[in-house]
This record gives sequence, C-alpha cells and structure tokens, in this order.
Amino acid sequence: MSSPTLVSPPTPAITTAVPLTKKILTADHPTWCPGCGDFAVLASFYRVLEKLQYPHEKIVTFAGIGCSSRFPYFVNTHGGHYIHGRALPFAAGISLGNDDLHVFVFGGDGDGFSIGGNHLVHTARKNVNLTYVIMDNSVYGLTKKQTSPTSPIGFKTKTDPTGAIDQPINPMRTLLNTGATFVARSHATQVNHMVEMMTRAAKHPGFSVVEILSECVEFYAGAFDSSIPRKGGTWSLIQEKKNDGTPEDADRHDVTDEVAAFKLAGQAWPGSFGVFYENNVRKTKNVLEAELVTKARERTKNATDLQLLQATFAKMR
Amino acid sequence: MVSPNTPETPGGAAAPSAAPRSIHDVVIRLAGNSQDGIQSVGGFLARLAGRSDQDVMTYMTIPSTISGGPSIFQVRMGTGDILSSGDRADMLVAFYQHSYDAHISSLRPGGVLLYDSDHVTPVEGDNRFTQVAVPITSGTVEAVGGAGKDKGKNIYILGLIARVFDLDVQKLAALIKERFGGKNEDIVRNAMLAFDAGYAWPQNNLHDLFYRFEAIDLATRASGRPQVTMDGNQALAYGLLAAGVRHGAGYPITPWSSIMETLRTELPKYGGLFVQCEDEIAAISTAIGFSYTGHLAITGSAGPGLSLKMEALGWATMAEMPLIVVNVQRGGPSTGMPTNVEQSDLLQAIYGSHGDTPRVVLSPKNVEDCFYIAMEACRIARTYSTPVIILSDMALASRIEAFDEPDFPKLMVDPKADLSDRGADFKPYPLDAITRHAPPGSKIGSGKYPTVTGLEHDELGHPTGSSKLHTQMTAKRREKIKKLGASLPSPELNGDSSGEVLLVTWGSTWGPGLEALKRINTAGVKGGHLHLRHIHPLPDGLEDIFNRYHKIVVAEINDEGLYGFGQLAMMLRARYANPAIVSVTKTDGLTFKISEIVAGVARHIESAHLDASLGVAQHSALAKN
Ligand SMILES: Cc1ncc(C[n+]2csc(CCOP(=O)(O)OP(=O)(O)O)c2C)c(N)n1
Ligand code: SF4
Ligand SMILES: [Mg+2]
Repeated sequence: MSSPTLVSPPTPAITTAVPLTKKILTADHPTWCPGCGDFAVLASFYRVLEKLQYPHEKIVTFAGIGCSSRFPYFVNTHGGHYIHGRALPFAAGISLGNDDLHVFVFGGDGDGFSIGGNHLVHTARKNVNLTYVIMDNSVYGLTKKQTSPTSPIGFKTKTDPTGAIDQPINPMRTLLNTGATFVARSHATQVNHMVEMMTRAAKHPGFSVVEILSECVEFYAGAFDSSIPRKGGTWSLIQEKKNDGTPEDADRHDVTDEVAAFKLAGQAWPGSFGVFYENNVRKTKNVLEAELVTKARERTKNATDLQLLQATFAKMR
Repeated sequence: MVSPNTPETPGGAAAPSAAPRSIHDVVIRLAGNSQDGIQSVGGFLARLAGRSDQDVMTYMTIPSTISGGPSIFQVRMGTGDILSSGDRADMLVAFYQHSYDAHISSLRPGGVLLYDSDHVTPVEGDNRFTQVAVPITSGTVEAVGGAGKDKGKNIYILGLIARVFDLDVQKLAALIKERFGGKNEDIVRNAMLAFDAGYAWPQNNLHDLFYRFEAIDLATRASGRPQVTMDGNQALAYGLLAAGVRHGAGYPITPWSSIMETLRTELPKYGGLFVQCEDEIAAISTAIGFSYTGHLAITGSAGPGLSLKMEALGWATMAEMPLIVVNVQRGGPSTGMPTNVEQSDLLQAIYGSHGDTPRVVLSPKNVEDCFYIAMEACRIARTYSTPVIILSDMALASRIEAFDEPDFPKLMVDPKADLSDRGADFKPYPLDAITRHAPPGSKIGSGKYPTVTGLEHDELGHPTGSSKLHTQMTAKRREKIKKLGASLPSPELNGDSSGEVLLVTWGSTWGPGLEALKRINTAGVKGGHLHLRHIHPLPDGLEDIFNRYHKIVVAEINDEGLYGFGQLAMMLRARYANPAIVSVTKTDGLTFKISEIVAGVARHIESAHLDASLGVAQHSALAKN
C-alpha cells in the first residue's frame, strides 16, 4: 500500500517500452550444478514474465539463502538476496511499501519451512500481496546434504548418517494451514505446468504460494522419480471443476473448497499437482491498510502533514 | 469551566493567613498503588507547569505486574532549568501505610508529609518533617458521594497541592476538563467535586503551608513558541513523523511498545503504515523492505529484541540500506528488570553483530532531545545510506517533560520516495561515492537492474569472492561512517574548559551529570562536563579536550565489568588509550542521583573539598525557618 502522496510523480520514460524477452530478463549465469532442477524453474519464470509483460522496473525478484535462493542474481529485475529464512517479511515490506510492484520470492524447503516457517505462517495469514515459490528438494543443498524438514524418514544425510528419524512436514497441508489464499503444487520436470501455476499465482490478488518439487541432483538424486512418468512414476494432475453441468464435473476438485484441498494434501506420496486452493474473497493486507489510510484521511479532512503535527502538539500544551 | 464551588481566587473561603513563600523548585513524590491514578496527577502537574512556562520533569515507577501493587510518581517542577527528577523529595504524599513506610526516607528534613489519615499512622512525634493528616479517602467519598467510592482521591490531592503551591486553578480545571471531557458529564463533575474539596480543605489544618514559584524570566524563553508536555517515547515518535518517516514495523516489548502504538495510530493519517510483526526479526526485515522501496523506515525494541535484530542489521550494513532502529534500554540481560533503567546496551548497539559492521549510534539526552535526535538519525540514515541506532532508555521513555514546541514549518521533511529514472551509469555500490539505491519502480537506463545483497559484491551488486573487492568494499562501508564522524559538531561542554576533572555522560545521564558538575564547581574544584549524543562514530577532537583535564570520569548506568570500566568508558579507553579515563557505574536500575555522581568523582580525584554530600540541600525548600 502506498498513499498517492508518498511516491514521486512518474518521470518520462527513458526508452519506449520494449517487450520483455528471455534475453532481456537473463542476468548472471546460474551457479547451480548441471542438471539441478532449479534451472527449469528459472526457465519457466522467464516464460511467466514474458507472458505477463509487466513493466520491467516494477518487477521484484527476492530470496533468502540457499541454492534455490540464488535465483534473483539470475533474473534481470530489481531484486535482492536477503538472509536465511526471512525473505518473506522483507518482501512484505516491499509489497506494502509500494503497491505498484509485482513481488516474487524464491527459496528452498529449509529456508521456507524450517528457519522461515513462522514467517510463512504470518505473511500468509495477513494475505500480503506477493507470490512465493518454494523449490523443494527435500534436502539442504547449499550446505551440502543435511536433513531438511521435508526429508523423508530413512533418507541418509550428513546429519542423519543412519537415515532421517524425524517426521517430515506435509508441505501442502502446512501451506493450506497458514491461510494462504492461493496454494498450488508443481514439478520441475513439467515446464508448462510450472508456467501455468506461477502465472496464476502472479495474477492472484493476495498471498500466493507454489511448491515445486525440484531435484537436487548432487545430494538427493531421484528424490521425485515417483512422479516422473519417464522414470516409471505417475503424474497426477488435479482436475479442476468447470461448472459445466456434466456428470464428470461432480468428481472434479473445487479450488474454493478448503476441506477438499486438505483431502488432496492428505493423499499418499507422490500425491497430485495443480491448484489445491484459491480464495479470491479475502481482502489483502495491502487493501486493508489502504482502507485504514482512507478512513484516517477522511477523519482528518486531508490535512497536510504539517497541519496534522501542529494539531497534535497543540493538544499537548 | 470551573465548578460553582471553586473559590474565585486562591484566597477565597479559606484565605491563608500568611503570604506565600517564594521557592525555586519543588520535588513532590506521590506514593500509592498503581490503580490510584497517581500518574495522572503527575501528568496534570507536568502539563500545568508546561502551560505556565515552568520547567518540569517527572519520574515514575510502575510495577511490572499487570495491575495493582505499589507505584510512585515523582514530579519536580519549578522556575528555570530542571535537569533531573531530584534526589530526594520536598513533599511526600502517602496514600497507604506501605507507601509511608517505603518512602518516608526519601523525604528531606524539613519536608512536608501529607498522609491519608484514613490509612496511615506515621511515627508519632517525628519532628523532622511537617506532618499533615489529610482524610484523603473519606474527604473524597464525602465530596463525590455515590457509588464511586474513593475513586477520585488523586484529583482530591491535586486540589490540595494546587492550593499549597498557589497553582493556576483555571488552567488546571481546563486540563481536567480536556482529560475527562470525552467521557460522560458525571465523570467531569465528580472530578471537579473532588478537586474543589481538596482545594478547599480547611487552611488552618495546613499549618500555613503556602508557597509560590519564583517569577519566570520570560526573556530566557526566547523561542516565542508555546511549551508542550510529553514523554520521551512520544517525542521520539513525533520526531520521526517530522523527519518524513511514514513506514515502520515492530513487535511489542516494554518500554518500546508505546512508540509503535503511537505510530500505528498516527501513520495512517499521514498516508503511511506501521506493521505489527510476528517477531523482531520479521519486524526489522519488513522495515528494511520498506526502506528498499525508497521509504526510510523505523523498527525498534528493547535489549532482547535488539539482539534478535542483529543478523538483519548485519545485512543492512552490507547492503547499505538506510534504516532507523530504536532501542529503548531497560535492565538486562534477558528479561532482567524490564521496567527499570539501564544503559547496558551500548556495546551491543555498537558491536553486536557478526563481521565488520561499522555502526551509527546516537543517544538523546532528555525528552526534548528524543524529538531532535530522531530527526537527526533520519538525516544521517538518508545521507549515508546506513542503519542508525537510537539508544533511548526507560527513564526517557516514561518521564514527562515540558519543552518548546518545535518549529515545524522549518523542520518538516518531505517523505516522498525517489523513483526517478536512473542513468545508464547507475551502480548501486560505487567505490568512489556513497551508495544511493534505486528503489524498485525506478527505471535503470542501462537496462541492467540492481541486486541488493548480503553477499560481498562488486559495484553492480554481483556476488564476488575477490579478496581485493572485499577489502575495498569493507573500506567503503567504513569510510562513509568515518566521514560522518568528521562532520559531527563538537559535543556540549559545560563548566571549566580545563582542570581537575572532566565528567563525561551519555543518554539520560546528561541532567544529573550537569547538576553534579555544578556541585563540583561549587566546591571549588575546577572541572567540566562533556555530554555525548553521537556515540558512534565519535566526533573528532575529543582527545584534545580529554588532555586538558587530569581525570576523565565517565558516569553511566551499567556494570563496571570484569576490568573495572563501564561500557562507554571501556570504549573511550580503547579509542584514546588514555589511562586518565575512569569509570563511575551502578546497577541498581535507577537513574543517577547527583550525590552518587559527586561521590564517584570524589573517589577518583584527590580533592579535600569534595565529598558526596557536597552541595546537597540538606533541608527541604519547604522547611519553615
Ligand atoms: C542464520 C543462518 N543459519 C544457517 C545458514 C546456513 N545455510 C545456508 S542455506 C541453508 C539451508 C539451505 O537449504 P534450503 O533452504 O532447502 O535451500 P537449498 O540449498 O536446498 O536450495 C543453511 C542451513 C545461514 N546462511 N544463515
Ligand atoms: S547442490 Fe543440489 S540444489 Fe544446489 S545447485 Fe547443486 S543440484 Fe542444485
Ligand atoms: Mg532444499
């Protein structure tokens, strides 16, 4: 949110707007290991931006710390690389500081569900307008193979040499529980699906989150084979309700039905992919804060900052 | 409006037999329970003093328990500079036996004890004081009547005090009306009934106690602007507003909370917002996010919360983001003494982070300065693109002072974010200039958009492992803070410009330090008082000042540590390698008494003239001669 008084008037454009292409959006060469799933997420994100054609200067790509969190260096937009686990509250400041911006946050499973778990809950429940992409490889990649909150029981890591013993979290159930108003799941081997999920997330007014299974070939190769058809797995897409009155529609998933979303989240591994939940009714924090401003400005009859302070001090004489 | 039974003049129905005696200032301690509303009596007196162009300072303790429990409010008011809340009281108002028992020792010989004869039995025949039995409870019940019971005792006492000190009844009545005006009429009427009853309490019972403050020399108050009365947290919050801060984020903790509460209420009126976050880490992160969008933002906390913010502060230093961090110090470590005073977060503020993080740390000297230091912090944060920490403390946060209304038309800062186009040569981290970030929303001429980062980086913000760049960028971050240091004005120096002793203070210890200097000088000891508002970086030229005195005595409210030096003293010794720098510290959770500082100085210098009792008024100003 930002009141009209707080942003300087637009200056004449430097260049006439050229369409955003992958070429323009490409920045530093990714430092990821060859074959890392994160490359595909990046490629999909370029396509999302190509599709959406937001003004270049209004896109922000932000992240915490981890292999996946290096993302912003590889995207030529305004952006930043923050500290481990805290990218969401920072991004909330960006979104609420300037409502004109399109804010994207990228990060890993450790960054999002472990050190940043509480920030995820609160940024989501406040419905801050931004898009969050969690690149889940079920391991700590950057720090070279420690157990992550999504590592399955039995997975051998440097911190669990005989296999993980702690119950992993269920990411989709966790995300639904936060109160996020758009929750989807995708897979780094499915570029078109990623593009669709991220595009819908970007267009969603409010806190949208997409969890993408993205393989760490270095420390957890084969982690997601069970959902890759060419490796013998099953790719199970969520069929969304079309409200077309056909008998098949009755069995399709209603994305506004929270209980149905939780049911999907409870499916046995590897589960389904697609939009689990979407709520377009709840107001965003951006809107709620702007309403507070409007009401306060009405009450104070649009007094100038100087008049406001002088009036306040007059009461303290 | 004054209720019908208010006497027209202080004389009225109960004219004092003697003319009022003139006094310079008085310290009144009200001791009761926290639900008795003694804070509001103090508040009324403080605001009245402000409206009468008098100086005033208050001091309050509230128990950290949620309600009930003993509580005191001390107000010192008078003519001319009031620098501290006073070591001992001239008048004690005791509502209960426990109030009497706990506080009678704070009363100066010759002082006045007003006690509620319905609850208190003082030691019989104690002729050190003028003892006045006042039926506070029954008098209030009688005056107000009805179901309110003894509610209003505080206002009854206010009436009595107004009478004893010949205060301006019209102005007080106006204040009471303003305070209760929003509530229903009965409340205002009951308050005025209680006030009038206290005011009209028979004169002959008052043993001719009747005083008037010395006339004010209006020429000394040259600003031409009226006085305002508020506490340090309010002054700080409004200073931020004047400085154009429109965004902030925080998490509640005593004694910081009232700043965030004020900002949460005020900011929407100014088109801004304040976010209550899930914890202090989220709060500083959100605030840096705001700053990144071009809106200098504020976060704050008390000691434990500042510790939580440290990692993010390291990022803000590395990424060179402007930011205001307020830390209202309290007794530590851990939850410590959450409603007491301490200056023990200095080293945390300066050094508490990982890596080499040159910090800017400022500290206000009194309530008024909370306003101006907030403005200065914002100027520095913007000019040097750096986080700035403001170290306030519990004493400043909770005490009320009167000061000249700031000259707002001159001071107001435009809050607009600069989203103008940046040229093709834009670099977020130029080696030869101070960083000026391009907030998202601004176009970059080169088409290459910047990344703000906590990794070591090159001039364009790309991560680097180059040792050369790390050395250069570390220097860049250091040199801009040194440049700030070189630009700072010489600190305030009072008293002799050379001599036996230089007393050094920081933060809220300013007032007691200055009063202590007066006593030291009165004793014939040549000495000065230096007060530091800019603690990191230090202003240039201190070594020359230090060299002019035999001893440099640093007084601060923290522990002497393992090596016998308080936190500022330790830093000054490290910086100037001057063995004449010594320390006076204490850890009782209370502000310095003048006598404690004088005694501390006496321990360090060999002066036949100086002992702790020096210059202390042994007898109350209210004593009968
Ligand atoms: C405060 C803090 N603690 C620990 C670390 C070390 N660290 C960096 S990334 C990381 C975990 C990364 O895992 P994840 O978020 O899953 O990202 P991935 O590398 O797998 O993409 C850890 C523990 C850090 N940078 N900061
Ligand atoms: S360590 Fe794993 S997650 Fe990190 S870049 Fe390599 S493959 Fe990707
Ligand atoms: Mg991971």
